[in-house]
Amino acid sequence: MNADAINDIAARYPDAFQRPLWKRYAAPFGILLCILYTFYCSWFFSIGIVLGKANWNLAGAYLADWVSYEIRPDIEFKDGYLTIDYSRFSKLGSNPNPDWVIKQIAEVERRVDAAPAPAAATDKSSQGSFMAAGAPTAENPAPSPDKPVPAAPKTVREKAVVAATVVLGSGQIAIAPNLVTVTRGAESVVFDIAKDRSVTPRTPLPDWIEQRKPGSTAYVSFGFLGRAEVQNDEVIAWRRFFGWANFVFDTNSPFWGKSFGEVASLIVSGERIDPSRSNAALAWDNILYNAEWQHGDVWLKLLQTIVMAFVGTVLASVVAFPLAFLAARNITPNWLTNQATKRFFDFLRSVDMLIWALFFTRGFGPGPLAGMSAIFFTDTGTLGKLYSEALENIDDKQREGIRSVGATPTMVQRYGVLPQVLPVFLSQSLYFWESNTRSATIIGAVGAGGIGLKLWEAMRTGTNWANVFYMVLLILIVVFVFDNISNYLRRKLMGTVGNGNDERARGASARLLAAA
Amino acid sequence: MSATEIYRAPALSTEGALAERHWRDLAARRRLYTIGGLVFLLLALSGSLWFANETNAGKFFDRLPHIADFFVELKPRDWFDPVRALFDLPSPYDDGSLKFDYPEGRVYLTQGIYIPEYFYRMIETLNIALFSTLVGSTFGFLLCFLAASNVTASRWLRFTTRRFLEIVRAFPEIVIAGFFLAIFSLGPIPAILAVSIHTVGALGKMFYEVVENADMKPDEGLRAVGANWVERVWFGMVPQVLPNFMSYFLLRFEINVRASTILGAVGAGGIGESLRLSISRGHEAKTIAIVFLLFCTIVAVDQFSAWLRQRLVGRQAFAYGRGE
Repeated sequence: MNADAINDIAARYPDAFQRPLWKRYAAPFGILLCILYTFYCSWFFSIGIVLGKANWNLAGAYLADWVSYEIRPDIEFKDGYLTIDYSRFSKLGSNPNPDWVIKQIAEVERRVDAAPAPAAATDKSSQGSFMAAGAPTAENPAPSPDKPVPAAPKTVREKAVVAATVVLGSGQIAIAPNLVTVTRGAESVVFDIAKDRSVTPRTPLPDWIEQRKPGSTAYVSFGFLGRAEVQNDEVIAWRRFFGWANFVFDTNSPFWGKSFGEVASLIVSGERIDPSRSNAALAWDNILYNAEWQHGDVWLKLLQTIVMAFVGTVLASVVAFPLAFLAARNITPNWLTNQATKRFFDFLRSVDMLIWALFFTRGFGPGPLAGMSAIFFTDTGTLGKLYSEALENIDDKQREGIRSVGATPTMVQRYGVLPQVLPVFLSQSLYFWESNTRSATIIGAVGAGGIGLKLWEAMRTGTNWANVFYMVLLILIVVFVFDNISNYLRRKLMGTVGNGNDERARGASARLLAAA
Repeated sequence: MSATEIYRAPALSTEGALAERHWRDLAARRRLYTIGGLVFLLLALSGSLWFANETNAGKFFDRLPHIADFFVELKPRDWFDPVRALFDLPSPYDDGSLKFDYPEGRVYLTQGIYIPEYFYRMIETLNIALFSTLVGSTFGFLLCFLAASNVTASRWLRFTTRRFLEIVRAFPEIVIAGFFLAIFSLGPIPAILAVSIHTVGALGKMFYEVVENADMKPDEGLRAVGANWVERVWFGMVPQVLPNFMSYFLLRFEINVRASTILGAVGAGGIGESLRLSISRGHEAKTIAIVFLLFCTIVAVDQFSAWLRQRLVGRQAFAYGRGE
């Protein structure tokens, strides 16, 4: 190609070769604008500061909580023996004795008086072979001579835990009254405990143990398996278990801790546990009122959400349907009626679903009525607008045909208009049904009923992430199922017509999906 | 249809009668389905209404006369008071309570010039929406080419990207917001993250559908002159999909304005929070001011975006969807 040819092309296509300046620099300018805006926003929302302050370890722990749970034995140092406690509402029931906490029991002498006792009664010989590893007696809490000794304390001999080992997978924590040995893999660290005073490691700490200042609490991490805190008066271990604890029966249920087979045989042929009702009824009741998971309540709220979306969409479609005929200028040739109806739709749509939800929550009180009214009002506007647009795009030939054979105006609408638009209408309503299932969750959180509020409260307390995940899963399943039902129905509907509206509806539908 | 009944046709042949009977059977079955469907819908609707009424805090017919109460309660002392609330002007009813402390909320830019509180909150909400749409569409833009079958040959990469976009889209915004609200304190950042993450999924899907419908001729031309993958995408794909991308961006922005308002109402800052507080505390003038401002903003955003979209892609992408 020679210069002439190039010049010729340039002359023929001036748009391609001599684009206006703003067009040439539009892309870099746009990108620059976006970058500047990003800087502005990071200043406006102080994003850097907030992200810096965030506790990312917490995020990991919360995410782990979605699919696992922790059990926390709390091992307290006494004089010469240990006490092991589990938190009050432990997932192990009221009397936990898990096999991963190995206890060594011996007879010890102890004072029953609650006085802040000097360690005089410590009976070293009873501490068993575990201490043969060499407990430094020098580290014993020194008796404080200046303390007033209360009335002669009684000394009793009884059985108590003198050493305990908490096993966390490949790691373990061996605890004796003055000595804690933490092992993870091949590494092992021994801590000397001066009761109520300090925690001192004998060797330099590996990176999975953190001690913020000498003598203070040591934080031990076992990765996903758990963690522990070695304090100067107790050791708290968190052992993490995969799964959801007590998902079916809570610890108060008589069926708790039984295998599926046992429960099944109890229900089928067992003796009545509660004489007033059958075991099956009792089991069902126990499941519904599971204190930790609240299945009954969660399911009820989920049903409310589904109902909100369903009723809201159906009512909105029913009301929008006749109004759309008024709004379409080719159906109702009256400018004033068209405009009034269209502006009414715009009003309903533009007063946000949130505002409607807050209004109706005040009106009806919290619950599904408020939510469904909010969806109903907003979607009457949106569906009305979509319907009237579909009506304005219909093919006029069919109407003319029907009119030409002498049909009444109603007949013209029924046979000339409706067959063209009904599949489109239904298809659009189905899209909204599907997307409202999601919206109903969100507006639920402002008090408009349904699972949204329950989910939001569970998240705000920030302690029960497994419950949150359970509800999220239920919502996702519901959304997924309704997606598929609505897709199936829509395919059946759209399969039967092949006019221009079909394409349009598909285009609009794709856009609707963008919102979902 | 009725035409066949009015026009008495001559006696049909055997085949004709068979076809006619078959048609009648089909029509009857169709009618049955329609009626059955309607009955089912009616039953489901009344059952749902009954259930909703039973589980609601207030019963429908008990509360119906009181619906208007809310609007009566919402009546301000005088009709200029909402204007004062909107522009943070001092109110003559100021009694030191939160109800009439309009000037308290002023955000001073300089000594004398201030932004009224609700305008500032509205700007905050708009910024949340715009910024998260920007972030979301940036990632959506980067990912959409990996998910499009005409640009990315690797089935595995496409599959992964698409599943990722689906998962991200499926989570309701409120779940993501709640999770981040637990990590950060209250504030707009969780809302930004939630809306952005959801936007990545939603826009990514729209984007890759646009890319898959693109004309492949520019791409072929670029391939013929030996362009690499990035060059092919940048010079062959991007110019033709960009108007559609912009259109979807604007649609999403409209939706995100609403979403960030709602997230604000559950604790993520912005105008939504102000609205919820003023409604729950029964501040009439403030509520009216906020509702008015919100309404105007949403109308303005919708109109602006519709206008811009029409300029970008013409009438074809003028339809709008849920939330829009």
